[in-house]
This record gives sequence, C-alpha cells and structure tokens, in this order.
Amino acid sequence: MIEGILIGLKTALTFQNILMVMIGCFFGTIIGMLPGLGPMTAIALMIPITYGFDPATGLILMAGVYYGAVFGGSTSSILLNAPGVPGTVATSFDGYPMAQQGKAGKALAIAAWSSFAGGTLAAIYLLFMAPSLSKVSLSFRSPDYFALMILGLTAIAAFSSKGQFLKAMMMVVLGLMLASVGQDSLSDITRFTFNNMNLTDGISFVLVVMATFAMSEALTIILKRNDPTAAAKQVSLTELGSIRINKEERSKMLKTIPRNSIVGFLIGVLPGAGATIASFLAYGMERNFVNDEEKQKFGKGSVHGLAAPETANNAACSGAFVPLLTLGIPGSGTTAVMLGALLGFGIQPGPRLYITNPEIFWSVIMSMYIGMVILLILNLPLIPYIARILAVPKNYLIPLILFFSITGIYVMSFNNFDIYLMIGIAVVATFMRLYDFPMPPLILAFVLGGLMEENLRRSLLISDGSFDFLWGRPLTAIILLFTVSIIGWQVYKSFKK
Amino acid sequence: MNINTTKIISLLFFIFSALYLYTAYQIQVFSFDENAPFNARTFPIYLGYTGLFFSGLKILLPEPNTIKIDHKNLEYKKTAILVIIAIIYGASILKVGYFLTTSLFLASSYYFLGERRWLLIFLLSFPFVAAFMYLLHGVLDIYLRDPFLKLIGVMG
Repeated sequence: MIEGILIGLKTALTFQNILMVMIGCFFGTIIGMLPGLGPMTAIALMIPITYGFDPATGLILMAGVYYGAVFGGSTSSILLNAPGVPGTVATSFDGYPMAQQGKAGKALAIAAWSSFAGGTLAAIYLLFMAPSLSKVSLSFRSPDYFALMILGLTAIAAFSSKGQFLKAMMMVVLGLMLASVGQDSLSDITRFTFNNMNLTDGISFVLVVMATFAMSEALTIILKRNDPTAAAKQVSLTELGSIRINKEERSKMLKTIPRNSIVGFLIGVLPGAGATIASFLAYGMERNFVNDEEKQKFGKGSVHGLAAPETANNAACSGAFVPLLTLGIPGSGTTAVMLGALLGFGIQPGPRLYITNPEIFWSVIMSMYIGMVILLILNLPLIPYIARILAVPKNYLIPLILFFSITGIYVMSFNNFDIYLMIGIAVVATFMRLYDFPMPPLILAFVLGGLMEENLRRSLLISDGSFDFLWGRPLTAIILLFTVSIIGWQVYKSFKK
Repeated sequence: MNINTTKIISLLFFIFSALYLYTAYQIQVFSFDENAPFNARTFPIYLGYTGLFFSGLKILLPEPNTIKIDHKNLEYKKTAILVIIAIIYGASILKVGYFLTTSLFLASSYYFLGERRWLLIFLLSFPFVAAFMYLLHGVLDIYLRDPFLKLIGVMG
C-alpha cells in the first residue's frame, strides 16, 4: 500500500495535476453555488476538456469538480438558504440561521473545516478499504455483479425520486433501452438502429449526459424563468464577518466530525444513497447524540447541526468512489458520469484497476486530499470574489452552457446527427423534468446497461438458460433479497397512498 | 382513475415499451443462436417487458399528489427559439466551421435572451470563441474542423 500511496502522490503532485485539482475545485464551486446546476452538470461540462489529458489527469479534474460543487452548494445554503445541490439542504438548517445572526463567515468556516475533515477522514477510510475490497470483489462472479447492478439501479431509483419510485424505475428502463441501441457486443448484430449508420456504434454516453443534464438544465432554467445567478448577486453584497472559530466551537466540532465521517462514508458506499441521505441522516443522528441544551439550539444556528451534515456529505462523496474503484459499478449519478468518462479513456474500473492502472487508482485517492486542502485554503477566502464571477446574467450563462454541451459532442464525433440527437433528448428530458421524472437513474442505467447485459449473458450461458443462478450463490441471493425488499417497500408505499 | 399529465406520459412510455418490445422480437439473430440461452434479442425483450410492467403500474396505481404546472408562466417562446438556434447551429457547424457558427450561435442566443449591449455580445462571442478554440486546438491539441478559417488561411 505504501508503494501505491507513493505512486499516487507522484502522479497527483505533478504541476499539471495540482493545477487540474485547483481548476476543478474552482469551477465546481462556481457551478455548485448555482441552485439547479449540480455536480453532474459541472462534470459533464468538463468532459470535452478531459479529452486532451491522460486518464489520471482527467479523473483528477473531475474529482476536483465534484468536491468543489458540493462545497459551492454549502455556500449558497449558508448565505442564502438556497442549496445549490441536494446534498447541502441539511446544511441550511443551521448554517442560514447562523448567517442571519451576522456570523456568515464563521458558518462558512465551520462548513469548510467540517467538509475538509470529513473528506480527509473518508479518504483515509477509502485508502484502507479500497485495496481490501478490491481483493474481496475479485471473488465476485457474473451473477453477483448482475444482482449488484440491479440493486444499485433499484436503490438509486428509491432514493433519488422524492417518493416517485415508479417514475424513477421508468427512467432506469429508459436508460437501459437507450444503452441497447447499436451493435450487440458479442454477435455484432445491430439493434434498434433502423438502418441508420450513425446509430451502429450506439448512442454516446457523453451525448446522453450532456443532453439530460447540462442542456436540459439550461432549457429548464429558461422555461421556468428561473435565475440561478440571482442568488449569487446577493452573496457578493453580504457582509461575511469573521471566519475565526473559537475554542468552544472547535471542541464541539471535534466531537461531531469523527462520528459523522463514518456515517457519511458508509452511506456513500451504499449504491444509490449518496450525499443527500448521508447529510440528513447525520443531522438527525447528531441531534440524538448531543445533550438537551444543545438539542434546543438545532435549527437556530447550532455548531453541531452545521458540522454534522457538512462532514457527512463530503465523506459520502469519498465513499461513493468505493464501488466505482473496486467493483467498477458506480453508486451514484455523479460517479456514473465518471465511469462513463473512464470507459471513454479505454479504462475499465473494477477490482483489477488497482493492479493494472495503479497510478489512476492511487492518484485519484491522493488527489482527494489535495482537493480538500485547496478548497480550504483557496476557496474559503475567495468566496465573495467567486460570487462576483457568478453574478454573470443568465442571458450569458445559458448560451454558454449550451455552447459547452454542443462543443462536447462536436469535438467527439464531427457529426450533425449526434447534435440533433442531443437536442432531441434534451427537449424530451426538459419536458420530463417538469413532471418530476428524475434523470440520475437514467444515466446510471445507461452506463450500466452494457455491463448488465454482459453479466446476464454469462450467467445464463453458465446456467444453460435457467434463472437458478439468481439463488445459486448465497451472495447473489442476499443481494437480490435486498433488491426485492426495496421494490416491495416502494410498491407498498405507492399502494398506501 | 385520475387522468393527469404524468399518467399520459406513463401511457406514452407504455406504448413506447410495447413498440420497443415488438422491435426487440424482430431483431435478426444467427440461425445457430436462435435457441441459445442468450442471444442479441434476449436482454431487449426483458427490458421491453420491464418497461410495460413499471409504466403499467404507474398508470393503474392512484396518484394523489398530482403535479400542477402553470403553463402560462412557462417561457415556451424563448425556449423554442433557443432550440431552433441550436438546431441551425448543429446543421451549419460542419459546413461553415466551428469559429463562425459558434460565434454566431452565441451572439444570437444572447440577443434572443434579451441582451442588447452589442459590445458585450461581441466580446462574449467572437473573441471568446477564438480563445476557447486556442485552448482546445492550440493547447490541448484537440482537432477542430473549420473550413471557413481554412478558406481565409487562418487555420492550416
């Protein structure tokens, strides 16, 4: 492991990679601060830029964007009670009241330090867990992988859909259907191409991400007459106050951070759960851990109440990398985008990544530390200035998002058809967003579609067409039991309504 | 049963799944693969049935929390204009080239979204695209096809 850490440090500490972490954190913070534009959009917009880099640098850049976006989301939660990303909603419960009491700088500092500590502790857990998990996951067989993917898709549908499980499952199926377009990987038989040569290689992952996130979010903003930059204009006018944290606050944070980093990390590891659930759970649990006097302060500017969700959401971001790096199965929409980008580089994450591409595996882990330090040192004092950049009117912001999306597809394929297809998918996605059809399950399903079919193919061929493989191994059966429980519970809830 | 837009979308998805399933059954597989435990049409067939199952459930189950959207407050006109500009951009980018079409796309989008300061519109389109092109083509070595710049001798 020491050797791996050194490889990772050597790769992560090159001038180019440090610069990429800085750019990623900075850009991510800007996008994260804009309500409505989350980390997935930020990462999607970065994909065309990563074409020019080697895979490690590309992934480091995207990881930086991810952390930056979560940090940026906390800033708008605290200063404006307008969370930029869902994972920072719980931050606003105590961060915003603190800002209203004239302690905005302090609230930002508590959030930044908690994020830093939570992310760093989680990166340490990841450091120790990932290699061991990689070894364990080598014993996984095709049926286990297939079952795990079904569990991941069901879980993301259950957790990301605000009680609209069936809508989310429809999006999962749609994602898998889109992934099935093109040549069959084994027989090369074309499917659903309708004799259109442009569809023979299937629909590009970048195209689907750009269409369902970047482009459709931009169109939704216009359609709903939202102005995400309005919030940023207020930030620059806000008097932040001191960013110093006193001894009493520090001691409270020292109690809160370790336990919530564990909660956040474990929730992040679970497929589909992620930062939002981690932060809410941490907030609720922290309230039960503190004494009655502290409990009364929750919702009115409690240090515990602010530090807990901030620690947990950043820890969950690191945790989400565990299934991606060890199993090759992303646990969230954001890590699904990263998986897609890695596949684009010709790299298949999974248990063997640790052996075949140690520089990628370790440099991503090491870059997390660097990203945390950069967020703390650079972004915290720069928040008022970043907010000024954000005050760019939406008349400019929206065309720029569309421009980045179309450029991303253009440099990839030099094909008009792909641009039309992207616009078409974006228009449909915009309409579906209006009616609360969630997009992350679609992306995860699209990314996993090929892998899922491959594992089902192997399982069915081994079992000679019988579905016995679903309960043939205890591990497969346990995973499927979880899946059935989730589906049963969600369908029961639908009936109960 | 309460009919609302969500139900209509679910019904459309149900029809889409049925068409997908029909097309999945039409996939031509090799004769030796016809009765194999798994062939090119197996997974799509399962997907088609799954789509029918979930959309069918959505249509049949009651939905108390109907989403109400005030269509009068939605900005259809500007959205449609942006989509049309994007389509025109997509249609001309290969023939005309990246620089000119992208700059015009940005300038026209700013204008239709309400910007009237011509200097800003210009600065955030032509010089901006030139700088971005330099970053992609010059620094990151990402190829950008541009017949227009080639014609005027700016690009090799």
